[in-house]
Amino acid sequence: MQPFESFRGIVLPLDRANVDTDAIIPKQFLKSIARTGFGPNLFDEWRYLDRGEPGQDCAGRPLNPSFVLNDPRYEGASILLTRHNFGCGSSREHAPWALADHGFKVLIAPSFADIFHQNAVKNGLLPVVLEEAVVEELFALATCAEPLSIDVDLHNLRLDAEGRGVIEIDMDPFHHHCLIHGLDDIGLTLTHAGEIAAYEERRRAETPWLFASVGEGLRQGRNGRNQERAA
Amino acid sequence: MADALRLSARRLQQRRAPARLSSPPPRATLIGLAIVAEPDPMSTPRTLYDKIWDDHVVRTDAHGTSLLYIDRQLVHEVTSPQAFEGLRLAGRRPRRPEANLAVPDHNVPTTDRHLGIADPISRLQVETLEANCREFGIQLFDMGDIRQGIVHVVGPEEGFTLPGITMVCGDSHTSTHGAFGALAFGVGTSEVEHVLATRCLLQKKSRSMLVSVDGRLGRGVTAKDIVLAIIGEIGTAGGTGHVIEYAGDAIRALSMEGRMTICNMAIEAGARAGLIGIDATTIAYVRGRPMAPKGELFEQAAAYWLGLNSDPGAEYDRVVHMDAASIRPQVTWGTSPEMVLPVDGAVPDPAEIADPVKSGSYRNALAYMGLRPGTPLAEVPLDKVFIGSCTNGRIEDLRAAAEVAKGRKVADSVKQALVVPGSGLVKEQAEAEGLDRIFIEAGFEWRDPGCSMCLAMNADRLEPGERCAATSNRNFEGRQGQGGRTHLVSPSMAAAAAIHGRFVDVREV
Repeated sequence: MQPFESFRGIVLPLDRANVDTDAIIPKQFLKSIARTGFGPNLFDEWRYLDRGEPGQDCAGRPLNPSFVLNDPRYEGASILLTRHNFGCGSSREHAPWALADHGFKVLIAPSFADIFHQNAVKNGLLPVVLEEAVVEELFALATCAEPLSIDVDLHNLRLDAEGRGVIEIDMDPFHHHCLIHGLDDIGLTLTHAGEIAAYEERRRAETPWLFASVGEGLRQGRNGRNQERAA
Repeated sequence: MADALRLSARRLQQRRAPARLSSPPPRATLIGLAIVAEPDPMSTPRTLYDKIWDDHVVRTDAHGTSLLYIDRQLVHEVTSPQAFEGLRLAGRRPRRPEANLAVPDHNVPTTDRHLGIADPISRLQVETLEANCREFGIQLFDMGDIRQGIVHVVGPEEGFTLPGITMVCGDSHTSTHGAFGALAFGVGTSEVEHVLATRCLLQKKSRSMLVSVDGRLGRGVTAKDIVLAIIGEIGTAGGTGHVIEYAGDAIRALSMEGRMTICNMAIEAGARAGLIGIDATTIAYVRGRPMAPKGELFEQAAAYWLGLNSDPGAEYDRVVHMDAASIRPQVTWGTSPEMVLPVDGAVPDPAEIADPVKSGSYRNALAYMGLRPGTPLAEVPLDKVFIGSCTNGRIEDLRAAAEVAKGRKVADSVKQALVVPGSGLVKEQAEAEGLDRIFIEAGFEWRDPGCSMCLAMNADRLEPGERCAATSNRNFEGRQGQGGRTHLVSPSMAAAAAIHGRFVDVREV
């Protein structure tokens, strides 16, 4: 993961509540075994007028002119402003992959779904929770003729809306640390391998069935086959 | 005393910052205060969630982030390829590979299994799972194995899911396993990789919510109706940042299948996980399962499991009471599970909603669903019916649907009515009971197990504009196919809808 650098970005207002991860990246694109390339299919069903299929070249597809992502005012936007419970539903990490692949770096909403929030941080996206009233003000600014730009300073936990106000970000210190340093948290966890092993040793004594039963069950597996049964 | 402290802690949180991230407020604050009030932490009544959590903490850092040990992981083909690739790139091997169980479910065809998967992209994903499991030594039930099915049906069925454990899967409906008094939740692919590599996750403790469903359910009202009614009450974000424990007479009276339906949809209320206390019903279900402990070890485990239940007087951050007797069969009308009404209700009018954001959501939903305000739900005609999924694809669900379908015919106006068992073993059991004959004679299609039309990653899907009564869990736009319109119901309500070509109150069938 890359460390999160300060930047200035344009705000794209997506005026919908409860945007679910099926809408962020529809299921047919989840068949990919790669981690990249989801950007062109971000919000596929709202963004295009035809049915999207994996592997298709999106350049020639008919765009939905009424969807905000296709509004030329917001070209190159890297800050997504939206309503409450963004990212609800499926745990698919393809949703933050698609948002990041498209170029979003910051997501602002009154609330995010738990799993999505976790997935976003793991992919270097900054989810910022602001009060409904502040979000409402930002929507008013972002939907003006002139798009709204914001300076994002994660080190100092500040958003500066071009002289129209400064917003302080209150975030989990661990998430903050991981984002600014671009940390791989598997490596971090493995520095505690000794403690994990000690925990396993203790649990092996307290709850022996958690360490015995899986293998036991596997050895006595019934390996029937559907087709054979049908035949 | 503790109450007062709990309240002041909450006030403290409310005063925090005009702007903050959605991670739950540090539990440490609450625990810290509780310890001041009650010097001996062992005598503080704890919830089931507290106990499972405490049992699984490897370490906690200064900021209150814990390294939580994960006993079991379920793996499927859609959210795992990038995790295995991550292991390969870093030169890592799974820690305790035997604590994982893999099964393809999202992409698998539900007809003509012997022909394999026609779609080359789906096929590659399933083959990638098989190759990864071979390479990393993980047990896999492949497409031809009778034990293959939806991960959340297979885990419990095999005894891989056990009470008191922590379990994850790269799938939000992992909350299902909370029915066993297990702390089970969905994670993204990065965390699938994290658990494979370390058997742990970095977590902050969630807040706790008790949803008590008191009294007795009326005839024809099922677990699905309870959970839809709960979501209607608290909203799709009502459980965000919380672990919900479901309790009360109506929950206790449910079978394990019914409890799994309830916990399955905890995620649709936004909760991190759902939990139900461990009792004789739980123990009886687990006993004798292939991967469950045997003999003396089982008795030892059972005694331990029963001790995990919430203590009398344990406190929750939020408590919701529902009256079971007042719950009627539910039907969703919109594009979020919270947009739900009793079957005798009518489509709401967005113009009557004061909150502009909510009113806008209702307007969008009605436009997508092709519904007009004031239309009685019972007058909505259906094109397709889907019975199955990790919510309602178990034997009891199929029995309930078959009871309604028996001796009747699917309405001519219904283009397709699918019954997709949750696993090969559910299918086998249903066939042994003759349920397949009942469905086929009534005009339903009897399929092979998988996720199927719940999310339409395989060939089973809705066409644009088609309207479906589904026993699955999500009525999101495009969920069952682009432009498809989903109404969530119970299995018996879905079967009744198939017979009548529209929604009917199953209590009157």
